[in-house]
Amino acid sequence: MPRVRFVQRDGSEKSIEVGRDLSVMLAAVRNGIHGIDGECGGSLDCATCHVYVDEEQASSLPQPDEEELELLSAVSGERRPNSRLSCQLKVLPPLDELVVHVPARQS
Amino acid sequence: MTGLVIIGASYAGVQAALTARDAGYSQPITIVCDEEWLPYQRPPLSKDFLLGRISEQNLILRDETFFEGKQIDLVLGHRATLLDLRARQVTLAGDKALEFEKLLIATGSRARRIAVEGADFDGIFYLRSVNDAIDLKARLADAAEIVIVGGGFIGLEVAASAAKLGKKVTVVEASSRLLERAVSPVLSAFLLDTHVRAGVDVMLNETITSFKGSDRKVSAVVLGNGASVRADLVLVGIGGVANDEIARSAGLRCTNGIVVDEHGQSETSDIFAAGDCANHFNRFCESWVRLESVQNAQDQAKAAGFAIAGTRAPYESVPRFWSDQYDVKLQIVGLAGQYDRQAVRGAVDDGRFSVFYYRQGRLVAVDTVNRPGEQMAARRLIAAGISPAPEQAADPSFDLKSLVTAGDKAGA
Ligand SMILES: Cc1cc2nc3c(=O)[nH]c(=O)nc-3n(C[C@H](O)[C@H](O)[C@H](O)COP(=O)(O)OP(=O)(O)OC[C@H]3O[C@@H](n4cnc5c(N)ncnc54)[C@H](O)[C@@H]3O)c2cc1C
Ligand code: FES
Repeated sequence: MPRVRFVQRDGSEKSIEVGRDLSVMLAAVRNGIHGIDGECGGSLDCATCHVYVDEEQASSLPQPDEEELELLSAVSGERRPNSRLSCQLKVLPPLDELVVHVPARQS
Repeated sequence: MTGLVIIGASYAGVQAALTARDAGYSQPITIVCDEEWLPYQRPPLSKDFLLGRISEQNLILRDETFFEGKQIDLVLGHRATLLDLRARQVTLAGDKALEFEKLLIATGSRARRIAVEGADFDGIFYLRSVNDAIDLKARLADAAEIVIVGGGFIGLEVAASAAKLGKKVTVVEASSRLLERAVSPVLSAFLLDTHVRAGVDVMLNETITSFKGSDRKVSAVVLGNGASVRADLVLVGIGGVANDEIARSAGLRCTNGIVVDEHGQSETSDIFAAGDCANHFNRFCESWVRLESVQNAQDQAKAAGFAIAGTRAPYESVPRFWSDQYDVKLQIVGLAGQYDRQAVRGAVDDGRFSVFYYRQGRLVAVDTVNRPGEQMAARRLIAAGISPAPEQAADPSFDLKSLVTAGDKAGA
């Protein structure tokens, strides 16, 4: 089963299993990962599921579409080149563990 | 047992429990809910779920590990039937009782029933729960002619899903335009056009006077003008009603929902309510409102959760809502209510535009269609109390975000 490792700003981390077809956001919410709100459930309405993807892994993911980019331009925390909305991310092979960093704030 | 008891395990109930726990509430927390399902997402029920794009299992929002991790007891499949404020006790169906120190009522709302002849026929559906959605989806597969009663959000979303599935769809709406209470005529007209182009027959200014059927199964709806429209499936979406009976019979003040303050507290101390079942004074709307949205349920529940834990962080977010129909992404911030001026930004014909609503010169709401970035900017503007002039709003070359950044700097 693929996994996601969530790294908090204080360095603490938690690695969880992500079911097939489940977004990184939903996996985080189901497990109560602090700092990922995912208010709209992945409808690209809220931008409260912002994460920084591990820089080396970022390029191996499908790139954000236009809608995600538009919302990324409005995230509440600092936007970086590796910023993504985790509701649009799934852990896909060849990755078996995706590492994401939780931003300072979501709203 | 004492501690916090919460009735309803959906957006509001679960959020309040989580916030109270994270804010340091250390007493036991128990959430009871009459549904058997783990907390799940409702918005996709009328959208991706009907279209088969998301499974039941992937609707689940919180699972057992979450509740164990937060030390929250989840009691599913039990309905709270009686609330005794003096004894501080909630009775569950089957006579089990829970005592509490603090109580949060997060019982949500239910679909308003239609009261005309034949309303109990088989084939007439409402959509509120995942069980409703499973039944509706199964019957939709075999249905050919669908009538939707009510041109509100749920009705239009189901209409869009059914049309996408290749069904013949008719929407019957009593008022003169779609989503009359929520959006401006510009947007109503745009949505009407979108549905009509998808092949949906939209009848405005029209009501249902009865259902016709054979063998107690619906076969047609009869309209106010006497005509009838064939239907092998009917979806009724004529609004929601607060589930406030349990509060009402316990003596809590209810006026279209349980009356609460900015901390989600009712007029009785230690008794809270949040979400679709609660009515609060919203400073952005300048009125008492009972909102039905995920944002309201979660943000109001956060305020209640903090108050329960003894920290005070009032609920003062701007109302937000979204709706997906076909490839139209409609997002709303604020409540337009009695607006006196509007400005349209972008071209309605391109299906990418925004409507800015003003009341006495102040920006009070913005609806965007397929412009998520602009919606986010608008949310910041309204939250910060910044109003671009209507001329600026209508000018696509004017950078709205510059006002937000200027506001951020001024506020910093
Ligand atoms: C089909 C559909 C589409 C929607 N789409 C959107 C959308 O796109 N965007 C948006 O923002 N909002 C949308 N909404 C609205 C949103 O889902 C609600 O505002 C939200 O669910 C409210 O959360 P809540 O926790 O207040 O109540 P609810 O979600 O209604 O939950 C209340 C729970 O309490 C239970 N309960 C009630 N009485 C009792 C009792 N006596 N004892 C035990 N349990 C009880 C209920 O069964 C239910 O499980 C949609 C709703 C529906 C139905
Ligand atoms: S969860 Fe709302 S945009 Fe990702």
